[in-house]
Amino acid sequence: MSALRYGFIIAPVLGLLWSVTMATTVAVSLAFATGLAVTPGMLTAGLSGAAAGLIMIRMFGRLNPKLIVGCLGALLIIAQAGLRAGEPFGIPLDQSILSQILAVVIWAVVTIWPLSLMLDGIEWGGLDRHSFEHAIIRFLTAFGYVFFIVIVAIPFYVMVMTSLKSQQALLANALDFSIDFHKGWGLFRSYSELFGQFNFGRYLGVSFFVSVMTVFITLLFSIPGAYAIARLRFEGRAMLSRSILLIYMVPMIVLALPIYIGFSMAGLRNSLFGILLIYPVTTIPVALYMLQGYFRGLPGEVEEAGLMDGLSRLAVIWKITLPLSLPALASVSLYVFMIAWNEFLLAFMLLDDPSKFTLTRGVAMLNSSEIPRQHLMAGAVIATVPIMVLFLGLERFMTKGLTAGSVKG
Amino acid sequence: MTASSPPVGTGPLQKRETRLAWGLLSPTLISVALVIVLPLLAIFWISVKPIELADLRAPAPDVYERLKGNPKAAGDTAVLEYRLKNASQKKPVANVQMSDQLPDGLTIAEIDPRCAVTDKRLTCDFGDWKPGHRERLQMTVVVDQGFISSGATVRDTEAEISGDASSDLFNTEFTIKNFTRVFDGDEFFDVLGVTLFYTVFGTIGALAVGMLAALILNKDFTGQGVLRGLFLFPYVAPVIAVAFTWVTLFDPFSGSANALLLQMGAIDQPINFFGERPLALVMVTVFEIWRYFPLSFLFILARMQSIDSDMYEAAEMDGASPFQKFWYLSVPQLMGILSVLFLLRFIWTFNKFDDIFLLTGGNAGTRTLTVNVYEQAFALSNIGAGSAVAVVIFCCLLLFSVFFFKFMSREEGL
Repeated sequence: MSALRYGFIIAPVLGLLWSVTMATTVAVSLAFATGLAVTPGMLTAGLSGAAAGLIMIRMFGRLNPKLIVGCLGALLIIAQAGLRAGEPFGIPLDQSILSQILAVVIWAVVTIWPLSLMLDGIEWGGLDRHSFEHAIIRFLTAFGYVFFIVIVAIPFYVMVMTSLKSQQALLANALDFSIDFHKGWGLFRSYSELFGQFNFGRYLGVSFFVSVMTVFITLLFSIPGAYAIARLRFEGRAMLSRSILLIYMVPMIVLALPIYIGFSMAGLRNSLFGILLIYPVTTIPVALYMLQGYFRGLPGEVEEAGLMDGLSRLAVIWKITLPLSLPALASVSLYVFMIAWNEFLLAFMLLDDPSKFTLTRGVAMLNSSEIPRQHLMAGAVIATVPIMVLFLGLERFMTKGLTAGSVKG
Repeated sequence: MTASSPPVGTGPLQKRETRLAWGLLSPTLISVALVIVLPLLAIFWISVKPIELADLRAPAPDVYERLKGNPKAAGDTAVLEYRLKNASQKKPVANVQMSDQLPDGLTIAEIDPRCAVTDKRLTCDFGDWKPGHRERLQMTVVVDQGFISSGATVRDTEAEISGDASSDLFNTEFTIKNFTRVFDGDEFFDVLGVTLFYTVFGTIGALAVGMLAALILNKDFTGQGVLRGLFLFPYVAPVIAVAFTWVTLFDPFSGSANALLLQMGAIDQPINFFGERPLALVMVTVFEIWRYFPLSFLFILARMQSIDSDMYEAAEMDGASPFQKFWYLSVPQLMGILSVLFLLRFIWTFNKFDDIFLLTGGNAGTRTLTVNVYEQAFALSNIGAGSAVAVVIFCCLLLFSVFFFKFMSREEGL
C-alpha cells in the first residue's frame, strides 16, 4: 500500500476509475433514456480522467479551484469528443444531438466535480496515511452511492418501463426504455387490459381485504399474548418467549405441504376463509415478539396506578397500555400488512379458482408464454405500488417495524 | 405473638395472575398448535407413508342416474338406470349404500333384489365393491299422467351414495422408501451442495453488501432518509414482482442485460443467465444478496448510529487513520449484531423457497432442499417423498436453532 502513497499515483488512478464509472453510468442512462446504441468509450474516458486527476493536484493551490474545475470540465468534453472522432458515444452526433451533448456535459460535470472533492488535500508527492485513506474512502463512498442507486433503481425502472411498452417495441430494441408520448393513454394499455380482462381490480380488492383482516386478527391475538409475556409473572414465561422465535424459523414450505393436504380433505382449499385461517398464524409469533419488546419498555408504574384505581387487567390493557403503544402498533400493523400482501407460496398452492386470487397469485398467473411480458410487468407494478406508497408514506414506522421484527434490535 | 414470615408457595394473587396469563395466551397457543405444530407432526407421519398426490382422494363410490326410453302417455314404461362405479382403481369400498327420492308418478315395476322402495324412496344396499368395480342397475318403471304433465325428471333429486373406504393417509401401512429415495444416489448430495452454496454465499454476501451500504450512509446529510428508503425497496417489494423483473431483465432473447452487454462489446452471444448450469446458481445467489442486503443494512446502520462518537474522537486525537478506526473500533462493536444477523439470515436463507422457485423453478442446478420438497411432492406427485425432504429440512433447522439459542442467549441476554 505504501508504494501507492504518492499524489501522482493516487490522483490518476482515482481519476481513471471514477471517470470510467461515470462514463459507463452516463452511457447506460443515455441508452435507457433514448434507445440509442451507445458505447461508453472506456479508453478515452479513462485516459482523460487520469489526466484530469493529475492536472488537478498539480494546479490546486496555484489557481482558484473553481477555475480549475471549470477548465478541466471543458477539456474533458473536448477530449471525449475529439479522441473519438466527434462521436462521444460511438455513434454519429446527429442522432438526437441534444441528448448526446447533454449527456457529455453531464458526464464531464459528474466526473470532475466529485473528483475534485476526492482529491481535496492531495499533494503531488508523498502522502501521509490520513489524506491517502481519506481520498480512497471518498472515492469508495462516491462509488458506493452510484453502485447502490444503480442496482436498486434499475430493476424497478425496467419493471415500470417494460409495462408501458408494446411487444414489438420490446423485441425490436430491449434497451429502449424511452416513453413514446404520442401514444397518449395507449401507454397504459397493459394496465387497462389487466383491469378489464384479467380482473385485477378484484384481485387488488381481495389482497387488500386479506391483508387488512390478517393485520386485524394478528393484533387481536398477539396483543393479549404479548402483554402476558411482557408483564405477568408465571411459570414457563421464559420458555414461551423462546419458542415464539423458534416458530418464526419454521420454513413455510414444510408447513405448506401438510396444510395443502389438510385443506384438500377439509374442502378449505380455494377459499379465502382458509387463507385467513393460515395467514394470521404465520404472523402472530413475530407480532407477539415485537409487541412484548415494546410493552416491556413501557413504565409499569402507570399500569399499577390504574390497577390501584380499580381497573381490571383487561381495562388496563385497553385504556392505558394500548394508547401508549400506538406507534408500536402502527409498526407491527405495517409489517404484518407487508407480509400478508407479499405472501406468495400459500396463495399459490391453495388458490386455484381465478375468482378468489390474491394479487400475488394473479401475477403468478400472468407468467405464461401466452401472455405478453409487458402484462406481467404491469401486474408486478400493480402489486408493488400500493406497498411502496404505504412504505414511503410511513417510512419511519416501517423501518422500526422491520428492525424490531427481524431480530431483537 | 408469632413472628411474621414471608409467605411460602404460590398465593392466591399469584395463582390468579398465572391463570390470567394463560388465558391471554391461549388464543395464540391454540392457533399456533393447530396451524404449526399439527402440520409439523403431520409431516413426520406422511414422510413414512407410501402416498402419492392421487391417493389423497379417498376411494369413493360414484353414481350417475338417467331415464331411458321416452314415455309419452300414462302407463308407458321406461327404464330407470343407475350407472355405478368405484372411482378408485386400487382400493375397495365396503358397505356401499344408495338412496334416491323417486319423482311423483313414477312406479317401479320390477325391483332389483338389493333394493327396496318405501314411501317413494328407493334404497339399495350393494355390499362391498372391488377396485374399479362398475355396473349398471336397470329397473323398469311405469309412469302415470302426473309425471308426464309435471315435467319432472329423475335427476331432480340427486342419488346419494356412500361407502366405507380407508384413505391411504390414515392406514397403518408404513415405509421407509421415501427416505431411501430422498437420500438415494448423488442427487441428494447435489441438492445439499446447492443449498449450502446458496445459503452460505447468500448470507455472507447480503451481510457484506449491507455493511457497505450502511458505511456509506452512516453520515448526516440531506437526502439520507430518501436514500435509506430507496435502499429498502428490494426487500419491501413483493418477491413475485422483483423475481419476474429479474427474469425479464436477464432474459436471453429480449432481456436488457444481454442487449447492454452485447452492445458494449463485453460478450458475443447472449447469455442464458437463469438457464446455464453454474451461472444460474450464482445468479439466484446474487438475487438473494440483492433482495436481502437491505435488512442487514438496516440493522448495521442502527447499530452504527448507536456507537458513541467520543471513542472516534479519541482515536482521531491519537492519530488513527480512517481504516484503522473502522477495523479497530467499528468492527468489534458490530461483531455482536453481525453474528446474530449471520445466524438468523443463515436460517432464513436455508428456508427460502419463493425466490428460487420463481426465478428458475429449481432448474439448471438450482434445486435447493426447499425447492426439492415442492419438486417431489407436486412435480413428481410423490407426497411421501416431499414430506421426507421436509423432515430433513426440519432436522437441519432444529440443529441450527440449538446453536442459535446457545449463541443468542449469550449475545443478547435472551
